[in-house]
Amino acid sequence: MNFQAVKSIYSFEMARFFRTLSQSLISPVLSTSLYFIVFGAAIGSRIEEIDGVSYGAFIVPGLIMLSVLTQSISNASFGIYFPKFLGSIYELHTAPVSYLEIVLGYVGAAATKSALIGLVILATAEFFIDYEILHPLAMLAFLALTCISFSLFGFIIGIWSKNFEQLQMVPLLVITPLVFLGGSFYSISMLPPFWQTVTMFNPVVYLISGFRWAFFGTSDINIGLSLAMIAVFMVICLGIIGWTFKTGYKIKT
Amino acid sequence: MSSIVSIENLSKRYDSGFEALKSVNLEIQEGEILALLGPNGAGKTTLISIICGLVNPSSGAVRVGGFDVVKDFREARSLIGLVPQEIALEPFQTVYDALRFTRGLFGKRHDAGLLKSILEKLSLWDKKDAKTMELSGGMKRRVLIAKALCHEPRVLFLDEPTAGVDVELRKEMWEVVRQLKEDGVTIILTTHYIDEAEAIADRVGVIRNGELLLVEKKEALMQRMGQRQMRIELIKPLDAIPEALARYNLDYSAEDRTLTYSYEANGERTGIASLFADLSKAGIVLRDVETRQSSLEDIFVGLVEDKS
Ligand SMILES: Nc1ncnc2c1ncn2[C@@H]1O[C@H](COP(=O)(O)OP(=O)(O)OP(=O)(O)O)[C@@H](O)[C@H]1O
Ligand SMILES: [Mg+2]
Repeated sequence: MNFQAVKSIYSFEMARFFRTLSQSLISPVLSTSLYFIVFGAAIGSRIEEIDGVSYGAFIVPGLIMLSVLTQSISNASFGIYFPKFLGSIYELHTAPVSYLEIVLGYVGAAATKSALIGLVILATAEFFIDYEILHPLAMLAFLALTCISFSLFGFIIGIWSKNFEQLQMVPLLVITPLVFLGGSFYSISMLPPFWQTVTMFNPVVYLISGFRWAFFGTSDINIGLSLAMIAVFMVICLGIIGWTFKTGYKIKT
Repeated sequence: MSSIVSIENLSKRYDSGFEALKSVNLEIQEGEILALLGPNGAGKTTLISIICGLVNPSSGAVRVGGFDVVKDFREARSLIGLVPQEIALEPFQTVYDALRFTRGLFGKRHDAGLLKSILEKLSLWDKKDAKTMELSGGMKRRVLIAKALCHEPRVLFLDEPTAGVDVELRKEMWEVVRQLKEDGVTIILTTHYIDEAEAIADRVGVIRNGELLLVEKKEALMQRMGQRQMRIELIKPLDAIPEALARYNLDYSAEDRTLTYSYEANGERTGIASLFADLSKAGIVLRDVETRQSSLEDIFVGLVEDKS
C-alpha cells in the first residue's frame, strides 16, 4: 500500500479547497442561511410542530443533507474530472499507485470537504434556530457515511463525464429533485399513502430520515433500515468504481 | 550491458480498430540513450504510453528492470519517469508543489535538497513559487521534466521534449540529458529533429506505421546506410551533362556550377576514379572537389520513402 501517494493526493486536494476557502464556504452557508430565514423563521412560525419538533428545527438536518450531498458530488466529480480534462491525470497512470489508493485520496478529500461544510452549516443554524442534538455521535457517523458514499458517487460521475455539461447535469437533474422530494422540508407521513410508497424508492429519504433521528430521536423510517440503505448505496458505488477501474472503462484505451 | 527495458511482440489495436503497433520487439540497454524517430502517427507515443502504463497493450509484454509493466506495475513504474508529449499541468499549483505532489505519488518522502538540485539543473529554481500557469511554454516543459525526475527514475522517457523550446534552452536540456546518462539513467527520447538524435543518441530506432523498421548504433546506421556525396565545382558552366557521363546520374546546378555525385561510401567500387577519367575525357575542368557523409536525416528520409 502506497500511503505516501494517498497522502499526496489527499493533501493536494485539500490544498485546493483551502486555496478557495471563501468560495467553497460562502455559497453553501449563504444559501442555507436563506432557507433558515425563509422556512425556519418566516414561514416556519406558521407551521405546526412535527413530532414535537418545531418546524425551524425540523428542517435543519434536511438542509444540511442537501448541502452535503451536492457538495460531496460536486467536489468528488470535479476533483477527478479536472485532471482528466487537463491531461495531468497521466501522472496517476504512470505512478505506482493502485486504484484503491487513487479512490482513497480523492474520495477521502471530497468527503472531508463536504463534512466540513456540513459542520459549518450546522454551526450557522445555531444563529437562526434553537435545536439540540440527541445522539451527537450517531449524527457524526451519519454525516460521515453520507459524505463518503456520495463522494464515491461523485467520483463515478467525474470519471464517466465526457464534458463539463455532463459533470453538472447529474447533480442538477437527479440530486436536487431527490433531495427536495426526500423529506427535507416535510415528514413522509404527511404525504398521501400512494406518494409515501413512491418515496420509498428515493434513497435520499433514508439518509435524511436517519440523520433526523440522530437529532431528534424520531423518524419516519426505522434507523436500522436507514443504515442498511446507505450501506447498500455505498457498496453499489464501490462495485461500479471497481468495475470501472478493472475494465479501464472511460479511463484507459 | 544488460537490457533494462525489454519489449516482446508488442501490439496495440485501439478501440477504433486502428492498429498502432504491430508486434514490436526491442531491447533497451541500461545506460544508453535511444532515439526513436518516425513520422507523425508512426506509433512512438503509443509505444511509450504502453511502457509507462498509460495505455493497455493488446498483446505482447513489456518488462522494465525485469518487472512486467502490467502485473508488477508498482515495481516497474517506480523505475520510470515520463515527460509526456502534451503539456499537462495543474494551472494553480506552484512549481514546487507540483514536484512534491509527484514525488509523493511515487511513495517517496519529501526531499528538499533533491528538489532544489533538480530545479537548479533545469534553471527553474527562481520560478519555484510561481503558479504553473504563469510560466512560458518552454518553462512548462522543463517543469514536466523536473516532475519526471523527482522520484529518481532509472529509465526516463522523453516524448518530444524539445518541441517549443528555444535553441539556447534546447542545448541546456541536452546537457541535462548527458548528465543524467552519466548518472546511469537510461534515456529514451522521441524527436522530429534528426540532428538532435544524431548529436545525442547512442542508438537510433526508426518506427513507421506501427512497425519498428530498425534499431541500430548511430554510427553503424550511418555507415551502413550512408551515402557519400561528392560536389564537383567547375571552372566553366555546362550547357548540359555530356552523354558520356549519363551512367553516373549526376545532378547539375547551374547556379553554383557544381555537379553532385552520390555513391555508396563502403561499396566495393565507388566509381570515383572512372568518373574523374571520364570528366577529363569530356574536357570538363574541375575547380574544387568536396565530399560529405550523408546525415541521419538523409538516411531517415531514404528509409521511410523506401518502404512506402
Ligand atoms: N486513443 C486513440 N484511439 C485511436 N487511435 C489512436 C489513439 N491514439 C493514437 N491513435 C492513432 O495511433 C497512431 C499512432 O499514434 P501515436 O500518437 O503513437 O503517433 P506518434 O508516432 O507519437 O506521432 P507524433 O510524431 O505525431 O507524436 C496514429 O495514427 C493515431 O491516430
Ligand atoms: Mg507522439
